[in-house]
Amino acid sequence: MASIISVTGLSKTYESGFRALDGVDLAIRQGEIFALLGPNGAGKTTLISIVCGLVKASAGSVTVDGHDIVRDYRAARALIGLVPQELTSDMFETVWATVSLSRGLFGKPKAPAHIERVLRDLSLWDKRHEKIMALSGGMKRRVLIAKALAHEPRILFLDEPTAGVDVSLRRDMWAMVRRLRDSGVTIILTTHYIEEAEEMADRIGVINGGKIILVDDTQQLMSKLGSRQLSIHLSTPLPEIPSVLADASLTLSDGGHTLVYSFDTQREHTGVAELLRSLEREGIEFRDLHSSQSSLEDIFVDLVAPARETAQ
Amino acid sequence: MNVHAVRAIYLFEMARMWRTLLQSLASPVISTSLYFVVFGSAIGSRMMDIEGVSYGAFIIPGLIMLMLLNESISNASFGIYMPRFTGTIYEVMSAPVSPLEIVLGYVGAAATKSVILGLLILATARLFVDYEVLHPIWMLGFLVLTAVTFCLFGFIIGIWADGFEKLQIIPMMIVTPLAFLGGSFYSISMLPPVWQTITLFNPVVYLISGFRWSFYGVADVHIGISVTMTLVFLLVCVAVIAWIFRTGYRLKP
Repeated sequence: MASIISVTGLSKTYESGFRALDGVDLAIRQGEIFALLGPNGAGKTTLISIVCGLVKASAGSVTVDGHDIVRDYRAARALIGLVPQELTSDMFETVWATVSLSRGLFGKPKAPAHIERVLRDLSLWDKRHEKIMALSGGMKRRVLIAKALAHEPRILFLDEPTAGVDVSLRRDMWAMVRRLRDSGVTIILTTHYIEEAEEMADRIGVINGGKIILVDDTQQLMSKLGSRQLSIHLSTPLPEIPSVLADASLTLSDGGHTLVYSFDTQREHTGVAELLRSLEREGIEFRDLHSSQSSLEDIFVDLVAPARETAQ
Repeated sequence: MNVHAVRAIYLFEMARMWRTLLQSLASPVISTSLYFVVFGSAIGSRMMDIEGVSYGAFIIPGLIMLMLLNESISNASFGIYMPRFTGTIYEVMSAPVSPLEIVLGYVGAAATKSVILGLLILATARLFVDYEVLHPIWMLGFLVLTAVTFCLFGFIIGIWADGFEKLQIIPMMIVTPLAFLGGSFYSISMLPPVWQTITLFNPVVYLISGFRWSFYGVADVHIGISVTMTLVFLLVCVAVIAWIFRTGYRLKP
């Protein structure tokens, strides 16, 4: 698939001396949902801000659909819509006025029909004549999305789109993001919610300390790094793991009520069958079995934690 | 040229003015009216004519300039400071607009307000004193040139300021004193010779003198010098703004 955004050797050192990005290379494919995942201060917002023209790069280059973001900024920026992390809005303006301003800023002639469609899609149509300060936080967030979509961008950046948004609204937003992707819009989102990246993204990039640690398909990432856990809920608690069962991947938790066995799904020989046979042999009875796949959250913590330790 | 963007910014800013019509237009008009009542009608009737012009009429150009400078600076600086303060500037910075287009939109709207205000004060003055305008085209030209120049200056302040206090400080501490000492209420030929020379370092003298010339044909300095000095200040402001956008000063970290 063709890249719509190419980031090459991008670095950013702020005046304070803080190095927010350190030689980032990244290619975003046309039409995908890409999630940029990382802890606070990892460089997610700086990366987005450089692509969108809010921050100057210290080194490196970015092209958007072949247009350099500095030399050919008009063509590059016209393709992009940005939903910022902060709820910044013209408090005293109406929804309609502020969304119309956005369209004009991006060089598009007036199109009330398009703006109506965007507002209806985001359930803001009834509020179009309201001043923004009269809206709830979730609605303000949607106004920002409407502003970003007002000029029919081909690429949409969502910087922490669901921070502070309730569950139902988050579901609505995810549905909207999928609809946009289906209509051909490339979407790049940053998030703290790993669940969100896991559920939404086609590909995930993990960023930490200004460096991209890895980029992979969500599925690949899950299976590559994901391990399964088998929880065995015992009928009678065990004081300690019997020596015949002693194994590095077996732990006792929940006050001796639960045995947890970790195994790798990629291995041919998972060892689950042996374990169950051993339990039977030892006369250890269990009430329930529960198997789960490690979430992206676990994967993420595993990836980021070593980097943190070396930093400290 | 992204004409749609210039129009969008301009109309958005003008809409803000209509919404705040009372502060934008009414208060400067009221305060100027007070000057006319006190200096024009009350005290003015006991003062001698200056260079053949009655005192009430003599102070009109100076008063309009005084208001024009203050309002231009405060409107233009507020116009660009507010989006910086609230954070909505992100959208302008991420839009496919050039610095020229941004300035045209913001400064254009602020200057439009200032010119409307200047004409409104001129009309208000008519209620208190009689005056004539000898060179109306020049008068209008000076009005527009001054409005644009000081709106550019205000734009710079709006980008430089990092708090509401700083937004107020330049108009209050520098522009108002310069306007008062620049001959708003007197002809500089009335000053002792030493002060006449010192006054020539005050840029506002040239604005008021030129503007007054367009009304009554009398001036402290030659009209050509007035126009040149105003244009020089305009170019200085343009150069500073060009530098701001080139370096990203306070706009783009």
